[in-house]
Amino acid sequence: MPEFVFSGDEAIARGAMDAGLSGAFAYPGTPSTEIMEYLQDNLGEYKAALAEGDRPQVVAQWCSNEKTAYESALGVSFVGRRAMVSMKHVGLNVAADPFTNSALVGIKGGLVVVVADDPGMHSSQDEQDSRVLADFARVPCFEPSDQQEAYDMTRAAFDYSEEHGVPVMLRVTTRLAHARASVATNAQRSPNALEKCGDPSAWILMPAMARKRWAALLGKSTRFRADAEDASSLELRDAGLGVITCGLGLRYYLENEGDWAAAHSGARPSHLHIGRYPMGNEKIRLLAAHVERILVIEEGYPYIERAMAGVFPAPLPVLGRLSGALPEAGELSADSVRAALGLSPKASAAKAGIPIPQRPPQFCQGCPHADSITALKEALSDEAEFYVASDIGCYTLSALPPYSAVESCVDMGASVGMARGASCVGQKRAVGVIGDSTFYHSGMTNLLDAVAHKTRLTVLILDNSTTGMTGAQPTIAPGSRMAELVAGLGVEREHIRALEAHRKNHEANVAAIREELGYDGVSVIILRRECLEHLKKMRQA
Amino acid sequence: MNYNIILAGVGGQGSLSVSVVIARAAMASGFLVKQSEVHGMAQRGGEVLAHLRISDGEIQSPTVPEGDADLILAFEPLEALRYLAWLSADRGTVVAATAPIRNIPNYPDLDTVLGEIEKLPRRRLVDADAIAKAAGSARSANVVLVGAAADLLPIPPEAIEREIAALFARKGEDVVRANLKAFSDGRAHAAR
Ligand code: SF4
Repeated sequence: MPEFVFSGDEAIARGAMDAGLSGAFAYPGTPSTEIMEYLQDNLGEYKAALAEGDRPQVVAQWCSNEKTAYESALGVSFVGRRAMVSMKHVGLNVAADPFTNSALVGIKGGLVVVVADDPGMHSSQDEQDSRVLADFARVPCFEPSDQQEAYDMTRAAFDYSEEHGVPVMLRVTTRLAHARASVATNAQRSPNALEKCGDPSAWILMPAMARKRWAALLGKSTRFRADAEDASSLELRDAGLGVITCGLGLRYYLENEGDWAAAHSGARPSHLHIGRYPMGNEKIRLLAAHVERILVIEEGYPYIERAMAGVFPAPLPVLGRLSGALPEAGELSADSVRAALGLSPKASAAKAGIPIPQRPPQFCQGCPHADSITALKEALSDEAEFYVASDIGCYTLSALPPYSAVESCVDMGASVGMARGASCVGQKRAVGVIGDSTFYHSGMTNLLDAVAHKTRLTVLILDNSTTGMTGAQPTIAPGSRMAELVAGLGVEREHIRALEAHRKNHEANVAAIREELGYDGVSVIILRRECLEHLKKMRQA
Repeated sequence: MNYNIILAGVGGQGSLSVSVVIARAAMASGFLVKQSEVHGMAQRGGEVLAHLRISDGEIQSPTVPEGDADLILAFEPLEALRYLAWLSADRGTVVAATAPIRNIPNYPDLDTVLGEIEKLPRRRLVDADAIAKAAGSARSANVVLVGAAADLLPIPPEAIEREIAALFARKGEDVVRANLKAFSDGRAHAAR
C-alpha cells in the first residue's frame, strides 16, 4: 500500500482511477477544481498502466457546465463504464435536472457524483448543503471525514452505485477538499468492458416507465438505510453526553475528546459517527436511550439534527446548529466544537491593540478586466441612469472600491438575463458584464432570449481566454470563435464589436462602448486580452 | 510531540510553497502532517493563510485550534497580528517579516504594527527582504523567513534544505543555490 500526500480532491481523483474510471467530466469550481486537474495531470500514467485496448477509451474533460458534464457521465454509465462528475455545491444546482432524474434510471457503470460544499463561503455565493439535495433525489450519499476515507469511499461509492443501479453522491467540504494528509492507496482495477444497459425500459423516463422506476427507487431506500446503519459506528460510554458526528465534525470532536475526558474524570462521551445517508434510525435510538442529551456536530446545515426529530420519544435535549449550541452559519472549527462541548478555550496570546483592516483580493497587476471596467465606467459617466449586472468571475471584484462598477452578482450567467429583464421593464442603459467561460456556461441562452425579444441590451464579454478565478483552466471554445458564436445567436454583426482590452486603447474602447449604449437593440462588445495567470501557465507548460 | 504552525501572508508572497517545504521536510523526518489552506481565488493581494500541523501521533483537526499555534510565520507584519488568536499564550512565537505590503488604503502606521509584535513575549522581527536582496535573490524573502524560524521547528535543518533544493530544482542550479543561501542567511540572522 504505497503512501502519498493528497488533498481531499486528489485523494478522490486517485481513488477514482484506482477504482477503474473510464470517464470524468467537470466544470471548474472552488473547492472541487483540483479533482479534474489531478486526473488530467495523471491521465497519461493511468492509461499506461491499463491494458492497451482500454487506453483510448479513458477521458478526463472539462465541459461547458455542470449539466453537460453530468449528462456525459450518464452516457458513460449507460454503456457500462465507470463515470465521475465533479463540481462545487452550486454547480449541482445547474446539474439538478440530470442529477434528480438519474436517480430513476438503471445506472450500469458506476456513477459517482462528487460535490464539494463550501461552508463559510470562502469562494462561493452561498453555503448550501448537498446532503439535502441527495435526500431530495433519493440518492445515497457518502461523506468522508479525512483524506484516507475520501480515497477509500470513492471506490466504495463506485461499487455501491453498480450494485444498486443508482448514482452515488460523494460529499466533501472545503477543509477536506483542500487539506493534505497522507493516504495509503490500493492496486489499480481495470475499467469495465463496454456493455449497454440490458433493460430497455430502465433509461426511458416516460411517465409509464418513470412511475415504475420511481417505485423501484423508493423500494431501495430501506436497503440504503440499513447499509448506512451498518456503516455507522456507535460507542456507548458516558451516560450524560452523546455526540453524533459526520464528515469533518468527527475530526473537530476528536481534537477535543481528550480534554473533555480530562475534565470528566476520564469518561468519554458516547459517540455515533455517520458516514452515509439516508441514515438509519436504530443507532440514534440506542444512543438516545443511553444518554441525557445529544450534541450533533455536522459541517453544513443542521441536516442530521433535523432528521432526528421524532426518531425517539424521550424529551431529550438535542443540541447542534439548529439549537444554537453551534453557530448555524459558517464553517465548524475545533474551537466552536470545543465551546459546544462545554470546554473553556485554550489560552491565546493577547489580541493586537489596534484594529486589523481586511485585505480583500485584488485584480492582478495588469489584469485585462481592470482596463475593461475602467473603460465601461467612463463610458457610463455621462449617463444619468444605468444598471450594470455582473456575473461569477474575477471581474466581480469590480464591485469593490476603487471600481464600485457593478451592481449585482447572483449566479452563473445571470448578468445577461438580469440586465435583459430590467431593460424589458424600463431600466435605461442595462449592461451585462460576463466572462468568456461564464458566457459559454450559462450566458448564451440569455443572449438568445434577448435577440428573440429584441431587448435593448449591451453585453460586455470579457474574453480572457480562460477560467481565470479558479486558476486558469481552459475554456470550452477559443476566443477566435466568440464573434461568430455571438453572430450565430442572432446578434447583428454591426453591433458585435471586438476590442482589445488594454489601457492603450482606452479612448477608442470608451467611444465604442458609448456607441453601443446608444443602440436600441442587442449589442455585444467583446473585450479580449489574456489573463496573466493563463499566460503564466502557458509559459510553464 | 505536536507542533502547530500558522503561515500568514499576502497573495503572491509564496507562503503556500513554504508550507509545502516544511510539510515535506517534516514527513521526511518521520512525522505525520496535516496541512490546510484555502485557495482557489487566483487573484493577487488578498490575505493568505495556511495551517500546518506536525505530530508523531494521529492528527485530527485539519486546522490549528485557537490558542494552539507554536509558531506564526508571517511574511508581512500586519498579517502576523491578524492571527494572534491562534498563538498559544504560553509557548507561541511569532517570526515576522518587517516589510509591509501597503495595498489597502487603511494600512495602519507601520511603527505601531511592529510595536504590537514587539509586545509579544516571544517574537522575531526579520527584515527578510533586505537579507534576501543582500544574498542576491530578492524573491527568496519567504525562504529567509523559514531560515529565521528553523531552530524553532522540530525538524533538522538539513531536511528543510533538501526540500528547498527539490522545490527549486526545476528552475536550475543558480536558483537552488540562491535559495539555500537565503535559508542559511535567515538562520544566521536568528542566531545573532
Ligand atoms: S487571474 Fe487573470 S482574470 Fe483574474 S485577476 Fe488575475 S489576471 Fe485578471
